[in-house]
Amino acid sequence: MMAFIRLLARNRLAAFGALMLLLLLLLALVTPLLPLLDPNITDPANRLQPLFSEGHWLGTDQLGRDILSRLLWGMRISLAVGIAASLVAALLGSLIGILAGYFGGRTDNTLMRGIDMLMAFPYILLALAIVAVLGPGLMNALYAIAIVNIPFFARNIRGATVGIAHREFIDAARLSGKGNTRILATEILPNVLPVIVITLSTTVGWMILETAGLSFLGLGAQPPQADLGSMLGEGRRMMINAPHVATLPGLVIFILVMSINLLGDGVRDALDPRLKSGALSRPAPMTRIRRHESSGAAPQKSRDTALLRVDDLRTDFEVGRQRYHAVNGVSFTIQPNECLGLVGESGSGKSVTALSLLGLVASPPGIINGGDIHLHSRHQPSRDLLSLKPREIRHIRGNDVAYVFQDPLSTLHPLIKVGDQLVEAIRQHQPLSHPAARELAVKLLGQVRIPNPEQRASQYPHELSGGMRQRVGIAMALANDPELIIADEPTTALDVTVQAQILSLIQHLREEKGTSVLFITHDFGVVSQVCDRVAVMYAGRIVEIGPTQEILDNPRHPYTQRLIDCVPRLGEPDHEPAAIPGLPPPANALPAGCAFAERCDLAEPRCREGNIELIATDKERQVRCIKPLGLTAKISEGIEHD
Amino acid sequence: MYRYILRRLLLTIPVLLGLTVIVFLIMSLIPGDPALAILGSYATPENLARLRAELGLDLPLPQQYLVWLGNILQGDFGRSYTLNRPVLDEVLERFSATLILAGTSLAICVVLGVVAGIVSAVRQYGWADRIITLLVLIGISVPAFWLGMLMILLFAVELRWFPVSGMYAIYGGGDLPDLLRHLILPATALAVVAAGVIARLTRSNMLEVLRQDYIRTARAKGLDERRVVFGHAFKVALVNLIPVIGVQAGFVIGGAVYIETVFQWPGIGRMLVNAISTRDILLVQGGVLVVAASYVLFNLCADLLQHWLDPRIKA
Repeated sequence: MMAFIRLLARNRLAAFGALMLLLLLLLALVTPLLPLLDPNITDPANRLQPLFSEGHWLGTDQLGRDILSRLLWGMRISLAVGIAASLVAALLGSLIGILAGYFGGRTDNTLMRGIDMLMAFPYILLALAIVAVLGPGLMNALYAIAIVNIPFFARNIRGATVGIAHREFIDAARLSGKGNTRILATEILPNVLPVIVITLSTTVGWMILETAGLSFLGLGAQPPQADLGSMLGEGRRMMINAPHVATLPGLVIFILVMSINLLGDGVRDALDPRLKSGALSRPAPMTRIRRHESSGAAPQKSRDTALLRVDDLRTDFEVGRQRYHAVNGVSFTIQPNECLGLVGESGSGKSVTALSLLGLVASPPGIINGGDIHLHSRHQPSRDLLSLKPREIRHIRGNDVAYVFQDPLSTLHPLIKVGDQLVEAIRQHQPLSHPAARELAVKLLGQVRIPNPEQRASQYPHELSGGMRQRVGIAMALANDPELIIADEPTTALDVTVQAQILSLIQHLREEKGTSVLFITHDFGVVSQVCDRVAVMYAGRIVEIGPTQEILDNPRHPYTQRLIDCVPRLGEPDHEPAAIPGLPPPANALPAGCAFAERCDLAEPRCREGNIELIATDKERQVRCIKPLGLTAKISEGIEHD
Repeated sequence: MYRYILRRLLLTIPVLLGLTVIVFLIMSLIPGDPALAILGSYATPENLARLRAELGLDLPLPQQYLVWLGNILQGDFGRSYTLNRPVLDEVLERFSATLILAGTSLAICVVLGVVAGIVSAVRQYGWADRIITLLVLIGISVPAFWLGMLMILLFAVELRWFPVSGMYAIYGGGDLPDLLRHLILPATALAVVAAGVIARLTRSNMLEVLRQDYIRTARAKGLDERRVVFGHAFKVALVNLIPVIGVQAGFVIGGAVYIETVFQWPGIGRMLVNAISTRDILLVQGGVLVVAASYVLFNLCADLLQHWLDPRIKA
């Protein structure tokens, strides 16, 4: 509760709304105590006095009644009726919603069909029909507005109830012998209360507006009783000669409803967990890059043939005041026609590394906080990707460097035919006519071995199988003959036989087109099939890098060893795939020393100190460990020899 | 596709029947004797009895309903005793005026709301977003009838840009430019609230869609932001927004009641308010039924449109 109030207070607009509302409520409460003129005393001699006239600050109406006094008394009535209608609607609607959601089945069906019928009427029309039956009058307007709003509550609260009606604690309560009534009151109600409050806080304003509306039409408050709406309705007749008579009550309604809506929005934001995490932030077209100055430490060496050179890349996620180091100083190179594997558990930073290369990390919360990324493509001088303008990065995306993503169902646009998605990718970078691009698209689909490519091109992603969709994803990556393909777990979402097909397809295309590949996976089995070299990532850093076969045969980092042990081996029934106990350290509180030390059998005190560098153990291999596996002997030997 | 349309059409029939039941029940709940209302207090008991028999009021309720429904289906909604003309004629005439107003208004609020929502989402937390958020808040808090009055005071009385009220000028009016001149103020006033709601939902929908993986794919292809936002994100958001627009149509038709009163627009809302005041029950009944039924049909169209645009639910 306190947390809720604190959240609400932090939202300045909501706090302002709450303050205004409090003021108006207070004013309404003390109205009988204020030294006001009687709102109903007529004084025909002083009719339609303007604003600020003597004795009448806000003038008088058509019968010479004091407008200020009438406004305050009218506001009392409007508030009372609006709040009463809201409570009635909330009570009945919540009751219907809870019963329908909890009992389900036929109860649910009957109740909700009734609610649907109410909702089949345009909003005000139903209220009018009800007033037509009951006759004009303030109470009748109250009932009408309440009934019309019941469906909103019933629907929202039913949804919330259905969500929890089958949870364990409800079953437990039932097993413990509690009756339905008690379960509803003690288990369900407290859990759906936030939804009721949200619905209430977002509809009270409406209901005040609508009751005022009915009074405005002459169907609500009847003279001499007057609420803000009926004052407005009566004043409308002298709108042109004495506009203040009608505009002032309207202004009060407006301020009242506005302050309620401000507060209501704040309440919704404070109670809706989805908004709390800031999840609804829009990712920018490009990842934010902070204070990046090319360090100059990695200029293109004259004999450097690398296609891609990444140096000390740092990508963080900033959520509130927390900073998560997803990529924490990663360096690697990819040579032309090479396939580099990037391996690690989920959360090790491998995908973020891949997405950082072309600024595709969602931002906010992502931010690239340092490093250099140099791309040296065929016909271009080496470029520092982190200092390029968005337009220049866009020119590289999908053209020099293309991505293949993990889950092709969520990564292909659901409402665009796959052929058109390909055509779009082609035409973004090649000056082709639509028919020519279409022809190329079909050819690409054929290249990734999709049968009937012509026909498939006019289908939507959901009409294809998972493997077919991933082939489309690959075809899209190939569209502009990229020099580097970044494949982010391209086979993880697929079953094993399809996985093998996709892998051999990538292998084949690489041989045929000479493309380089950055292959991201958590599976060493997959690595051994396609990668020339492999980099193992843990907690945002590379802990070991080297030629695939050598690392597989002779891992140097204990973590690499454990990862390899995770893979079941065919024909070795004695080999038990071993899970790694424990979890990686939280990325916002990385320990000193080796991040793996907590889970490592071989850790000793100095593993938890200082910064452990990536050290070269031989020409092509590097490891970030102070006592690499299978090396202690070798190194000591080397020292002896020297 | 066709099977879906057929099923959806068949499902509409019980809803329409339900509407007639509700309207019939509401009207038969009204205290007082329709025969007495029609003949006036000087009617003789014999005349009253004869009229009751004529109107079928001596039958049991379900039978009354069936008789009434049969009449409705043949287009016989009865006679308005205050206007002394067939209810259906009056209702259709008035409803067409409302449709002109509400239709224009719906077009305005969809365009305004969607554009504002997109701008707001694309410039999230920027000054444009802040201003739009504030305008939206004002839009959904302002009483439409008050806003209409203010607009009359400013644009019609003070600036004299538009006529104060009515649908056509009394002398020499009647053509399209005249109608448009009369239409702009009420249609705009009526659009404000729904535009606010649509803008809000467009914003949150766009934000939701822009976070999806396929948007990242679109960016990875090298598409420019305009293509990403309009070609990819908006396409999905629009499909999600169609039912919202369907619901808003109901609010626009409902809000027309106020606006028609303020602007003296000869639409069905004003007719209903007058009929309620004069207790012309048959007129209320006919008006409510026609408007509600057309709203149901409108939502049917919205559903079919969404279905047509979204290939995923074409099962």
